Amino acid sequence: MTGVTAGSAGAVAAATRRPPAPRGSSRRRARLRETLTGYAFVGPNLVLLGLFLLYPLVLAAVLSFSRYTGFGSPEWIGIGNYADLLSDAVFWRALINTTVFTVATLTLSLGLGLGLAVLLNKALPGRAVFRTIVYAPMVVSGVASGLIGVLMFDENTGVVDKALIAAGLPPIPWQSNGGAAMVAVILMTVWGRTGFNMVIYLAGLQGISEELYEAAELEGASAWQRFRSITVPLLGPSTFFLLIMNVIYSFQVFDLVFVLTGGGPGNATTMLTTYAYANAFTTRAQGYAAAIGMVLLVLMLGFAAVQWRLNRGRDVTG
Amino acid sequence: MTATAGTRTRTPSAGVATTRSGHLRSRRRRNRVTTIVRFVIALVVCVVMAFPFYWMVVVSLSPKDDLFSTVFKLWPSRLTFDNFTALFATYDISTWFGNSLVITAFVTVLGVVVNLLAGYAFAKLRFLGRGAIFFAALATLVLPVQVTMVAQFRLVSDLGFYGTYWAVILPSAATATGVFLARQFILGIPDELLEAAKLDGAGSFRLFRSIVLPLCRPLIAVLVVLIAMATWNDFAWPLIALKQDFLFTLPIGLLFLQGQTTPDFTQIMALSLIAILPMIALFLATQRYFVQGIARSGIR
Repeated sequence: MTGVTAGSAGAVAAATRRPPAPRGSSRRRARLRETLTGYAFVGPNLVLLGLFLLYPLVLAAVLSFSRYTGFGSPEWIGIGNYADLLSDAVFWRALINTTVFTVATLTLSLGLGLGLAVLLNKALPGRAVFRTIVYAPMVVSGVASGLIGVLMFDENTGVVDKALIAAGLPPIPWQSNGGAAMVAVILMTVWGRTGFNMVIYLAGLQGISEELYEAAELEGASAWQRFRSITVPLLGPSTFFLLIMNVIYSFQVFDLVFVLTGGGPGNATTMLTTYAYANAFTTRAQGYAAAIGMVLLVLMLGFAAVQWRLNRGRDVTG
Repeated sequence: MTATAGTRTRTPSAGVATTRSGHLRSRRRRNRVTTIVRFVIALVVCVVMAFPFYWMVVVSLSPKDDLFSTVFKLWPSRLTFDNFTALFATYDISTWFGNSLVITAFVTVLGVVVNLLAGYAFAKLRFLGRGAIFFAALATLVLPVQVTMVAQFRLVSDLGFYGTYWAVILPSAATATGVFLARQFILGIPDELLEAAKLDGAGSFRLFRSIVLPLCRPLIAVLVVLIAMATWNDFAWPLIALKQDFLFTLPIGLLFLQGQTTPDFTQIMALSLIAILPMIALFLATQRYFVQGIARSGIR
């Protein structure tokens, strides 16, 4: 390690020397060498991505036009799976559920993340502990948070209903009522997601000059006015990034739903991901599952493309 | 990042301060009230956020009857380690723990190496198709495993990895976030440093090893923490790829316990605790890197 450090120190000393201008064929040869070296460095990553993501993706696209049970060879049926999707009530239900879940988790966890970031940005006794507590759920797996969620929200043994009864309130039928089940899934997701949003907002707040707030305060702006007209607009880039990430995460939700509700009751909490999984490995309609997956992918790519365009437009005008 | 926020002080000009000293005093009192209000809100929110953790610990240390009693009680009627003893007596927990450990270790090492190499190339080497390849690598972020799972399962079986750790290790090693973070960090290393060493006759590999790598220690710490956590907690793909119980990782073991005909939630919480504790410890030990890593992924 010491030898390495000495080497880089030497490099710093030599950094002032200017490189000679390369010319002619030697420059072309140098460029070819750099390209080869570039591919050598990216190679391992490319092989893994290509083999385990790109190739399966192409195969999935082909499979989505086939009937396949997982055994034997797939049978080509053209757009049959996609035509079936159009008249599949469960698929539409899963699409609506995924959208409702995404909008709800996005709104709640972004609002909470922003509120907590502002609350814990400036000096406050115990601030480090508070921050750690908000971050901590981030390290809990989806499976574990789903299982903890069962203990919180089970209508027979859950602590929330026991507390409601003890307070003289009616218990909530978390398992038998579809809406309540969805609320449980959303609450556990927000619990795990808020820390992430707070980290990004805290980083964004570091970039806002304190003088802006002082000037506004001298002008007589109230705390709410300062928040509305300084904090929120200047955190725009953070919000934009979080919007994209939260939609991506929410659209891909699987572990938590799989463990907490299994998609039920009925199909009240079935998501596109859990419906695809059930088709692939329970009913073994793997071509159909691939079609659901392709719809999911196209929706997410479409969303990403729209956001990309909007962001570019904003960069130009702003 | 954490330190700067707290130490920032107000510096109003002296003239303003003297003419408005009465004003300032009332403002100071108002500030104290605001601080108390902020503290109380933070306390309430954090009690709610910490409660699921607390409840997991309580249930894992409670006798089974507590769960089925209708009485609302926030602590165990009697502290007991029976759930842990029964858990270890019934299931091969140490094997599951070991599997999680081995898979996490392999994915982390492989992931750091692969993403670091790629990050260096994307940041510092010019080659044909660099932009397109980087964009494609990033785009995998929006690719849920449910899209590729069927095909990936076939592939893994065809390659002969099914029934081994490799079925999970290899598909998990290259990640969009990892490449992005590595490129972002290495972009910040000044080009002059590399140019100078190039003049001394160093090739790209020596540049990487002797200049880039030693400067990448904070990046490596961030990658290790983020990759290790993601792998330890991974569920969807291991659920498909690890069917034999001697290969189960802890999340799959948890699902296995939940799938029993009469799932015992005191034992499930005991195992949840066992699965979560190492990550909490890693998080508390490396909170700075963890938070940095996440914050940096947000700076575009």
